Amino acid sequence: MMTNMVGALNNALDLILAENKNAVVLGEDIGKDGGVFRVTDGLYEKYGELRVMDTPLSEAGIIGVSVGMALAGMLPIPEIQFAGFMYLAFDQLINHAARYRSRSRSTKSVPMIVRTPVSGGVRTLEHHSDSPEEYYSHVGGLIVVEPSNPYDAKGLLIKAAHMNDPVLFLEPTKLYRLFKQEVPDNMYEIPIGKADVVKQGDDLTIVTWGTMVPVVKNAVENKGTNAEIIDLRTINPLDENTIIKSVKKTGRAMIVHEAQLSFGAGAEIAARIADKAIFELQAPVTRVASASLPYPFPGYEQFYIPNEMKVSQAIDRIMSV
Amino acid sequence: MEGSLPKPYIILHIINIGELVLKQVYNGTISYMQIMDEFGSLDMSLFPKDVDDNKILDMYRWMSFARALDAKALSLQRQGRAVTYAPILGQEATQIGSALAMGDNDFFVPNFRQHGVFLARGLSLEAFFIYWRGYEEGSTVGKGVNAVSYIVPVATQLPHAVGIAYALKYKNAGGAVVTYVGDGGTSEGNFYEAMNFAGVMKAPVVFIIENNGWAISMPRSKQTMTATLAQKAIAAGIPAIQVDGNDVIAVYKATKDAIANSANGPFVIECLTYRMSMHTTADDPTKYRSDEEVAAWKDKDPILRIKAYLMKKNLWSDKQESEMADAQLKQIDDALEKAEAFKPDPKSMFENLYSFMPDVLKEEMDAAEAAGYWQSGLQAKEVDGK
Repeated sequence: MMTNMVGALNNALDLILAENKNAVVLGEDIGKDGGVFRVTDGLYEKYGELRVMDTPLSEAGIIGVSVGMALAGMLPIPEIQFAGFMYLAFDQLINHAARYRSRSRSTKSVPMIVRTPVSGGVRTLEHHSDSPEEYYSHVGGLIVVEPSNPYDAKGLLIKAAHMNDPVLFLEPTKLYRLFKQEVPDNMYEIPIGKADVVKQGDDLTIVTWGTMVPVVKNAVENKGTNAEIIDLRTINPLDENTIIKSVKKTGRAMIVHEAQLSFGAGAEIAARIADKAIFELQAPVTRVASASLPYPFPGYEQFYIPNEMKVSQAIDRIMSV
Repeated sequence: MEGSLPKPYIILHIINIGELVLKQVYNGTISYMQIMDEFGSLDMSLFPKDVDDNKILDMYRWMSFARALDAKALSLQRQGRAVTYAPILGQEATQIGSALAMGDNDFFVPNFRQHGVFLARGLSLEAFFIYWRGYEEGSTVGKGVNAVSYIVPVATQLPHAVGIAYALKYKNAGGAVVTYVGDGGTSEGNFYEAMNFAGVMKAPVVFIIENNGWAISMPRSKQTMTATLAQKAIAAGIPAIQVDGNDVIAVYKATKDAIANSANGPFVIECLTYRMSMHTTADDPTKYRSDEEVAAWKDKDPILRIKAYLMKKNLWSDKQESEMADAQLKQIDDALEKAEAFKPDPKSMFENLYSFMPDVLKEEMDAAEAAGYWQSGLQAKEVDGK
């Protein structure tokens, strides 16, 4: 089927609910309303209110109750309406979802998929555009996934449902309906923890994910740079091997993400490149990211998010060394 | 003027505005229950049908066992053989009364102070000591025990209890979840969110508020302005009761009834008890509370009253007491010996984080092992353990 990311995710949830009788979807306005982005449209009608649950407006409650469901053998798939509201559930994610398996030495596990829209560029209100992947990657124990296209979105969500771990599934709002793609009707998995080399190249490695994937692709295409583009897809655990292998081949590395520059995942990746491939580098590692500020009001976002020009200039700089 | 109004109307006094006569749209009450008083006398009008003298003896033995275990853990901490420990002294009736009310299908979700419940629910004592000696292997709970291990961040376990309760209901597994929170915990957002969720989901969960009067140094009177903690349930539309938490029979009855009705939804039980000891071994309560207050609660000791009842009815002797104490201490010491033989494996920290081992994590683990610096930690621990 030709579909956008919303359609692909909806289809994946449908298949997961059909396959696993213990899977439940829960969150604010996800039932009759189908979610504010319509990702859960039609599921309430098909699976009923016991499995597709409209919950109270209670983020810590949604995630905390999901942790309990998972402990008791269910597969909860909670939706947090926007990533900016998920900090109320931060404790449940960091203190419980991330730690339960390890603190019980694998006698308990918390299989769950926390879906939430992330990142900006769609002129929404305050607190609706955060890119929080680093917060959740830092603690250890939470798998953090962020697809950049409909095909990956479906395959990654299905893979997450087949794991026995807590997965944060970050869905870039800007990419929900940006483009359509051919997506198989059947169930298929995209591996978690494995990056995708979306374009082969010899002169420069660009590591990116989420909203920045199309921006990087356009910049590289328009400049005609012989760059290798890696769509990370999973932020944690990091697919270091794919990155290092590519950087050793190209000798140049750039990381592009929408989250703030300082203490971002780009720093983590740059440090690993320095550790494993510094003598193969022909130029310093470059990062392109949003300014080290909280996400601004929508009127300012075009000055904040990295755009094609910013990426393009960074390519010029790194290629000139 | 108040007397002349029809019943559903109240007078609302609003500062600087005066009196308004408004229609009353809600009126909630909280009842209090005590069955065995401080002297061991019973109120037979409330006495539960499924309790007889044998059951009371059972309650007494478990409460004594819990106290002995608590004393041992405290002394271990003082000798440097356990980490910071949260004692239960004085709260045995609340813990044993509720634990014995649970059935095989019921699920227990604690905070960090329900050692008595764990004991009576069948947690391995070895695991108890491994936990309080500072190893994750002690929070494995064990097969066949419907429970999760201790939860430290206050009140954050309550939403888990609701989720587990939903799962029991969804799977038609029967049973209810019994979960615990302290008086301080009722100020947390998670407490309200869990009750609210449980209400709308009609989840079979019993919230036990173990009101021991103190949240570290904060007295109950400064924690919240509500007259009772039970009445907080009214805001979530959940029925609630306040019981004498030092009366094991009242706690037992309230919990048993709440579980029996759990198919209809959640219930809140506030148990009025007292923390006779410190918050944890890192705390010095003489800084913030008076000796007189503690002395007054000693007279209400939950074990004294049940023992008074048993002695009065000639159901218990000093000989039985010393035989019981010896047997319990032997069980405790045997478990402790096994727990002290436990050797930590640093690789277990890495190997249990995910359902699989990511390459990046394996590399960290292998590098740490190869570097050899774990060896000094392992040797140091062995010395500490002796």
